[in-house]
Formats: sequence, structure tokens, C-alpha cells
Amino acid sequence: MCILSTVDLTIGYLKKDKKKVVQSNLNLELYAGKLTGLIGPNGVGKSTLLRTLSGLQKPLGGKVLLENKELSKLSYQEKATKIALVLTDKIDILNATVYDIVSYGRYPYSNWLGNLTDKDHIYIEQAIQMVHLEEKRNELLNELSDGERQRVMIARALAQDTPVILLDEPTSFLDVSNRIEIMLLLHKLAHQTQKAILLSTHELDLALQAADSIWLMDKNGKTICGVPEDLVFNGSFARAFASKYYFFNEANGNFSMNFSLNKQVAVTGNKTRMYWTLRALARAGFEAKEEAPVKILVTEDGWILNDEKINSMEELLDKLTELEKLNLS
Amino acid sequence: MSKRQKNSLFFLLIFITLAFFVLDLAWGSIRIPFNEIFSILAGKGTNDIHTEIILNFRLPKAITAIIAGISLSIAGLMMQTLFRNPLADPYILGISSGASLGAAMVMMAASLFPAVFISSNWSLIIAAVIGASLVLLLVILASFKVHDVVSLLIVGIMFGTIASALVNIFQNLSNPDAVKLFIMWTFGSLSAVTWHHLLVLIPVFLIGMMIAIFLQKRLDVLLLGENYARSSGVSIQQTRFLIVLATGLLAGGITAFTGPIAFVGIAIPHVARGIFRTSSHKILIPACVLCGASLLMICDIISQIPAYSLPINTVSALFGAPVILWIILKRK
Repeated sequence: MCILSTVDLTIGYLKKDKKKVVQSNLNLELYAGKLTGLIGPNGVGKSTLLRTLSGLQKPLGGKVLLENKELSKLSYQEKATKIALVLTDKIDILNATVYDIVSYGRYPYSNWLGNLTDKDHIYIEQAIQMVHLEEKRNELLNELSDGERQRVMIARALAQDTPVILLDEPTSFLDVSNRIEIMLLLHKLAHQTQKAILLSTHELDLALQAADSIWLMDKNGKTICGVPEDLVFNGSFARAFASKYYFFNEANGNFSMNFSLNKQVAVTGNKTRMYWTLRALARAGFEAKEEAPVKILVTEDGWILNDEKINSMEELLDKLTELEKLNLS
Repeated sequence: MSKRQKNSLFFLLIFITLAFFVLDLAWGSIRIPFNEIFSILAGKGTNDIHTEIILNFRLPKAITAIIAGISLSIAGLMMQTLFRNPLADPYILGISSGASLGAAMVMMAASLFPAVFISSNWSLIIAAVIGASLVLLLVILASFKVHDVVSLLIVGIMFGTIASALVNIFQNLSNPDAVKLFIMWTFGSLSAVTWHHLLVLIPVFLIGMMIAIFLQKRLDVLLLGENYARSSGVSIQQTRFLIVLATGLLAGGITAFTGPIAFVGIAIPHVARGIFRTSSHKILIPACVLCGASLLMICDIISQIPAYSLPINTVSALFGAPVILWIILKRK
């Protein structure tokens, strides 16, 4: 079910009465129960789009529809019960525990004194459980790790009990294991709670694995939507991230660097070791070509070059350099 | 901290505040025994001179100390939350200087205003509240451009310096009597406040406090920053306006009558946070009320050690400045 959509949306800034358009003609749809990844190079307008979708910033044109109602016509209070945010803003609150922060998510529902009812406590407790922070419930925010802090902010958004959650770069500043954990968590939350979750990121490989759907923004002001694999097959990623320094590797969903390859070798053999062998050879400037005079056979536990068994990559690269010197002299 | 621990801490603080109140009444160059103070307060005083001292001198002074302590610490608490800056307070951000400028204009440039305004009881407090609010508005405007903690403080100090410079210009241009009156005022004194003044000060103080109490839930969410607050349903413009209004009334109002009192606004919120180990304004506001009132009464008691009557501003600085040093050193 589509919860949030945009109609011919133009996003950007007003600077001294001058419009600075970042993206235009956006027709996007966000679905319940799905994790959607907003991807694009830096400076392409991911944050601007998120701020516009959340109502923090006004669109320059077109409109945002939330459950078929125009977002700009809703009051702050109504918006707060529909859309929750996780931002990159640094939170530094003295003496605030995990429970305190998550309880701020109940703000739209509590009375003017901010007293929490039993129902509020249930929502807060559930949110804390969903991000697996039960043990840290009463610990101070300032004493948590970066990954845990991010989970606290996600729990706060969950406690806000909204059908839509928007996250701005939730995995930046985190190490690999925390990044993967957060992505898996968001994927699980979208499927379990039937919320529509949209996250912006520039981490392609993770988003390609975890997201059910991708909004791909490119530098030319175009945004393409679809299931990640479809965008891989139709070459959208390669176009969006086109550069002379690297290319989008469709074989593994990563970026590969463009080394200047001025030497050639022929490589055959074992599949798993082949991938790493080719990487090392590319770094040393070798291109794999079938008809090249120097031939390398990749085996289960090593390499064979000129009938000689070689056990390490280091040795192989040394041998290749020697051969090259011989050829030159 | 459990609810019971919090409650017993509050009872302890209330007891301490009451104890300092009685001590503040008993303290002074003329010794009046405690039991006589209680009978005077109950309206059964027998010694006319003692009754006069207590009712028309020490009681308004003690009440002023309480109002000053509460006003400055609540204003400081709101500033620290609004700017998300542990070093913000009315004095440092130049708000007290703005109030001084308002007061200076009334005292030394009276001819600028219509005579009706100057002769009214309200002129001083209105000028001070407007001066305080204006500087705070300027600091808020600057806070859109300057985001880091220390730069904003420097901006506040600069606005304060400009206000002080304007005050100096007034001093140079006015007659010596007006200047002397103003200089006495800047020393900060609780004893100059009479019942007459309190009739003006108390309503202003109560309105400021009511706004602060009304804002407590929003202040909690504001701790997360303005984007999060807005996404939680808080109207930022309205909240900012109410904070400016409440701070102007509280800090401007008390400064109009006692002169600028430094460092109470910065120190007390930290003391309250330290005692109750919380960030919730529902607890911090009453905690600041009790701690602020107690601290100012302690300052008042110290400032009138017989034979060495010190300006209250000097005594409060001795308490407040070390707290600021401690915060800065702890953050590094």
C-alpha cells in the first residue's frame, strides 16, 4: 500500500528570494511494509528530499501526499503522528537515559504536563525491545557507543508510532558490523511492523542487499525507482555513478577502481580465487587477456606460472615483475 | 533515581530553603532572636523597632532574594536548553546588559521618554524587560548563523559589550547625581527593593514563571534539537517567542530592581542537574526554584557580614565562576 507519494515535486532552497532547484519532477511512492533506500552521490539532494518529505522544508513546486492528503496542509501535531525522523543531528543531553530519550517519542500523544500513561510506557518498552536495548534501558545516552546511540534514536522514532519513518544517513559514522546490524534491523522492522521506512545512504552494497526498493538520484537531476536488481540489470547504477576513476561492478554490486592497465596476462582456473587474483593483478597494472603470452593457472591452493608452483600473491607479483624486466632487456 | 529518593530530596531542599529564609531574616547588624521573628511574622510583635526592621526591611529583602534566585536560575535553565549550550545564561549572553541598558536609559536619559512614563512605578521594569528581550532576540538571530557552543557565547558577550558601551555614553552625558544612582544600582543590591517595588516585580515574575512551567514539556523535546522538536509536533517559532518572553520578564524584571547579578543563572541549573541526575524539566524547574532561592539567600547572608557589607554581585560571582570553570574543564 502506498502511504507517501510525491506529485511533480520540485525540491531545493530559497536563497535571498532566488530559487535554487536541486531536483524537479519527482514522482515517487513509498510503500508500507517495505524498506526503501534513497541512494545517490554526495550533494545530489538526498537530505533535501528527506527534509521536504518530512515537512521540515517547503517544496519549491508540486506536492507531497501523505495518505492522500497534502502534507503542507497538515498541522505540526498531525504530521508528528504520521512521520517520525531519525536525523544526523548530534544529540548531547546531560543525564538523559535511554528510556528518557525514547519517551520523547511519545510527545505528540501526552498531555501538556508531559505525563506518560501506562499505554505510553508499553509503546516505549516495545520500541526499546525492538532495537534490542533492554539491558541498557537505564544507562546514560552519553555513555553508549555510536551504534547504540543510533539504535536509541530509531527506538525514539518507533515510539512515535507513525506509519512512516524517514532516516537520514543512519549508517554514517558507524563501523562495518554496526552498519550491517542497523540495516538488518530496519529491514526486519519494515516487514514486521508494516511501516514504510525510507533511509538515505551512500553505501551502495548494503542498500542493494537490504532494501526492498531503491530511489536512485543521479547528478543530472533524474530519480529512478525500482527493485535494486532491476536497476543493476538496466544499467541505472552504472549511469548514476559514472566516473573516470571507478565503475559500478555489476558482478558484485561494488565500486571497482579504474587502474591504468598497460600489461597483459592470461588467467584461468579456480573461480573463488580468480576474483581476488584479478584484483591484485589489476592493482599491479595487469589486464586479463586470453591471448596474452604470459599464462597463469589459478589452482585450489596457489598459482602456476611457467610450470612453476607459487604459494603466495606476493611471490606471484614478484615473479611477474621479474618476467617483465627480462622481456624489456 | 527512584521516585521516593526524588521526593525525599525535594523535602530536604524545601526544608533548607525555609531554614535559610528564617536565617536571612535573623541575620544582620541588629540581633533579633528567632522566637521574636516568628511572633513578628505572626503579627504579634512587641518591639516596634524590631517589627519595622523585619517587616519593612528584611522581609522584602528576603523575598527579593528568593525572586532573584528563582528568576535567574529558571532563565538560565531555559537559555541552556534553547541554545543547547551548558554555558548559556542571562548574564553571559548579554541579556542582563540589555536590561541594564533599559534601566540606564530610564535613570540617565529620562528626557527621552514622556514624563508620564518616567514617573510611573513601571517605567524601570518595562525598560529593563524590553532591553533584555531585545538582546535575547539578537542572540537568537545570531544563533541561526553560528552553531558552535563557544562562538555563540562570544556573540552574546559582544552584544553585552555594545549595550555596556551605550550605557557608558549615557553616563558621560548625564549629570553626576543620575550617574551615582546608576552606579549604585549596578553593584546589585537586594536591600534597595521596597514593598512598593515588589508590587510591580511580583506580577511580572509570576507571569514569567507561568510561561516557563507551561513550556516544560516542550523544553524536554527541545533538548533533541529544533529539527527533532518540530518533527514531534512543536511549533518552533511560537516556542522561541515564549522563551524570549519568559526570559525577558524573569531576567529583565529582577535586573531592573537589583542590578545585574552574575553567574546564578549558569550555576544553579547545573547544581539541579547534579543533584537530581535528570534532564527532565518537570523536575529541573522546581529544583532550580529551590536551589536558586537558597543560593541567593546564602549570598545575601554572606554579603552582610557585619562591618563588611559586600555587593551581592561579588558574592554570587565567587559561587558561580568556579562552576563555569568546572564545566569547561569537565567537557574537555
